[in-house]
Amino acid sequence: MKFGIVVFPGSWSHQDFHHVIVKILKEEACYLWHKEADLHGVDCVILPGGFAHGDYLRAGAIARLSPVMRAVAAFADAGGLVLGSCNGFQILTEAGLLPGALLPNDCLHYRCRWTHLRVESRQTPFTTAMQPGQVVRMPISHGDGRYYIDQAGWKKLVEGDQIIFRYCDAKGTLAKDVNPNGSLDHIAGVCNERRNILGLMPHPERAAEPILGSEDGCLMFASLLDSFVRSPLTTCGDRA
Amino acid sequence: MTVSVVAPDLIASHGLTADEYDRIVAIIGREPNLVELGMFGAMWSEHCSYKSSRVHLATLPTEGPRILQGPGENAGVLDIGDGLALVFKMESHNHPSFIEPYQGAATGVGGIIRDIFTMGARPFALCDSLRFGPLTDPKNRYLFSRVVAGIAGYGNAVGVPTVGGEAYFAEPYSGNPLVNVLCVGVARKDRLFFAKAGGIDNPVIYVGARTGRDGIHGATMASGVFDEGAEARRPTVQVGDPFREKLLIEACLELMEGDDLVAVQDMGAAGLTCATAEMASRGGTGIEIDLARVPRREPGMTAYELMLSESQERMLVVAKAGSEARVRTVFEKWDLDAAVIGHVTEGGLLRVLDHGRPVAEIPADALASEAPAYHRPSSRPAEADARQRLDLDRLPLPDDYAAVLLELLRSPNLCCKEGIWERYDHMLFLGTIVGPGSDAVVLRLPGGTRAIALSIDGNSRYCTVDPYRGAMIAVAEAARNVVCGGGEPLAITNCLNFGNPERPEIMWQFVEAVTGIGEACRAFQTPVTGGNVSLYNETSGNAIFPTPMIGMVGLLDDVAYATGQWFQAEGDLVALFGDTREELGASEYLAIRFGLVQGEPPALDLTRERAVQRTCLEAIRAGIIRSAHDCSDGGLVVALAESCLGATPIGVDIQLKDTIRPDALLFGESQSRIVVSLKATDWLRLERIAAAHQVPVTRLGIVGGTRFRLHGPACGLDLPMTEVEAAWRSGLASSLGA
Repeated sequence: MKFGIVVFPGSWSHQDFHHVIVKILKEEACYLWHKEADLHGVDCVILPGGFAHGDYLRAGAIARLSPVMRAVAAFADAGGLVLGSCNGFQILTEAGLLPGALLPNDCLHYRCRWTHLRVESRQTPFTTAMQPGQVVRMPISHGDGRYYIDQAGWKKLVEGDQIIFRYCDAKGTLAKDVNPNGSLDHIAGVCNERRNILGLMPHPERAAEPILGSEDGCLMFASLLDSFVRSPLTTCGDRA
Repeated sequence: MTVSVVAPDLIASHGLTADEYDRIVAIIGREPNLVELGMFGAMWSEHCSYKSSRVHLATLPTEGPRILQGPGENAGVLDIGDGLALVFKMESHNHPSFIEPYQGAATGVGGIIRDIFTMGARPFALCDSLRFGPLTDPKNRYLFSRVVAGIAGYGNAVGVPTVGGEAYFAEPYSGNPLVNVLCVGVARKDRLFFAKAGGIDNPVIYVGARTGRDGIHGATMASGVFDEGAEARRPTVQVGDPFREKLLIEACLELMEGDDLVAVQDMGAAGLTCATAEMASRGGTGIEIDLARVPRREPGMTAYELMLSESQERMLVVAKAGSEARVRTVFEKWDLDAAVIGHVTEGGLLRVLDHGRPVAEIPADALASEAPAYHRPSSRPAEADARQRLDLDRLPLPDDYAAVLLELLRSPNLCCKEGIWERYDHMLFLGTIVGPGSDAVVLRLPGGTRAIALSIDGNSRYCTVDPYRGAMIAVAEAARNVVCGGGEPLAITNCLNFGNPERPEIMWQFVEAVTGIGEACRAFQTPVTGGNVSLYNETSGNAIFPTPMIGMVGLLDDVAYATGQWFQAEGDLVALFGDTREELGASEYLAIRFGLVQGEPPALDLTRERAVQRTCLEAIRAGIIRSAHDCSDGGLVVALAESCLGATPIGVDIQLKDTIRPDALLFGESQSRIVVSLKATDWLRLERIAAAHQVPVTRLGIVGGTRFRLHGPACGLDLPMTEVEAAWRSGLASSLGA
């Protein structure tokens, strides 16, 4: 399976994703430069963490205008798999590819720490290797990660089973003190209606080796590989 | 050459003395014009020329089998095997951080990162060491929270993780906070770059951000003492743009993969002046530039301003003739300016033109290496003896040892610093195996099988009472911490923060500290690879504690040696390497309980220290050490409590047998001690290793349960871990703000 990792000026998690895909998963990965609207035939696009364009104006607000995003939108429109983590999630919401917005953390400062996430749905190509209710551990590292959506939008998310991860404690309980940024309804990650785009604030690539404290991020990559093997056509974008 | 400047107040306003001015006239054979005076003022400032410290720094050991580059370049470089080089340096940004804490700290981070990637290394970790006045004062809380925000704001955005450091609070830092930042990077050994101009007619290219009017006279400002109106100097502080720096990192590293560059230098203090003068001087060449070609942010800038601006995120490179187009292509890809502003010339002259008209002509060596070097008078202050005296009999023993422990754990210097480090991305690049909060940070190297350990240390209270011993202890503790992390100490960088060197008692502190550092570094075979000196850290006549900060790097041949300070499992044995003596001088305990900064710091026997470190490292490599923690501030009982306070706190049951004064037993800071934990079945192996090094090792107790229990011959305490943790976590809670 070939992963394409988008590099914006100011991205910084792209090398970490590359490492995990090539060294840990032994799959193929390439970088996609933001000025090019060509995805080089990849099977999955990753929008990594960082401060694309310095996050000036607003996180993701300038990045959504990069030429590569036109290609990403077309790819997603054709059913292609798109994963946005951290800044990648912010960019996907700014680009209108995912619902909602990411506001400054309620503590008003940057936070880098381990979090527990409750898997809310395995009905996505990103979570097939997980169980609903399962608690996974991944770190966050962001200043603007408070998920927000209006009441009607939230209702749609719930009804559409589009909330994929919620911040929780080690036992899976939702509570204010384990919601690291004040996200609405403890939301850590959501998918689009069609379920081929996932955005989450946590970093799965930082949780892919035991020596770093967790391998739970591998479950996401395993899900992607599994989905791709089972139906490469639908994930490649031919479904439309 | 036109305007002649002789007015004494103009000379003084450039930070130069009348003698120094005469020396300038003698060197260039005429009076300098205003541009030249400005260039000399910046380059001969204390900050750039080390004129008060050079003769003493020359005594430090700088050679060793692993040293690829010692002091004198942008950063030091070590050979760490496998074709890799470790590039590292620590620098201070104290003065700017007092005037404008957010930007001062942020640009300190930016500056040290540039020093690393100019050498061809990808910067991959930062550590910071911070000093502030007590947080009971709102001004200090403001400085503290803005400095932390500045480090976070810049480091997080630029994409270099801040993996560790330390913070310490004491009254003498009220008017003079310290912000020392260490950066490490890794390069291929055969792809290192140096800031040495070469190749006559090779183009000199300006890259990065445009030049503005910010930071003019920054170097001069950082070389003076402050008075009441220091904040009025805000215009001398630069404004950082981490996004632009990130672009600069990527563009430079991309360019360095090719074969187009001859030399690279950061434009930091003294900006274009320093970069041109130092590159030419190191290369034994001249440089000619025309300011008309310098990209600028605003119209109407004078030659004087352009040469002295300290606008951030700028570099100067010497490329091979014919490479200009490739250099421009790479920088255009990253949306950065690149402009050929001059070329390398024969002879040693730095020639600055403005639209073809000469505005400065100075031999590069005169600026870069011929600043005066002063043997400033130094004398031991009269009160030194009184400071070292301590009559323990006059200090009552505590009634309640548990209460004292909680008070210590709650104190700003010993409490949990997670409130600081969670604001920094400390996990980027997937290298952080042992993260912030432990004695040493352990970072996996590219390739994945080996790692480095980093520690920053400096006990300023010890240095106040005895700068010589205090500085030796700083080196010893840094090495000990690296060993606790599983690393073999390799080399140090340092920041030497002191008051006004024109005062003999301050100069005495400096000389004593440098002597101590040299002696300890020779004993540990950890040479000095560079660093910086920050003098004049005083406001309204009040100097800081003498604060030599040591940044130590070590190597782990196997990532499996990586060791944290936290107890791992119920039933493990707790043991102590080393001896506990009746030593309370200059301790955290005395400061907190009695408000005293007094008494000789603990004794340091370098032979014993080395033996303890060898023992611990050998035991770690033998695979029998589950945790290792240096006993330092707060003594044995604080070290034990900290070992209990990992991600999942765990209790301990300790029996002490020593019959010394109980507060010294619990809170004394005897050196050369390490608390370790191990499986009970490994005890005999540990004893054998310690015996081979003639190091005493004592069984202290057992890990487990939910209580912190300790019984000694004349003292005892028993606390629920929840209470211990709550006290430890509460220290900074109210001080950081949002």
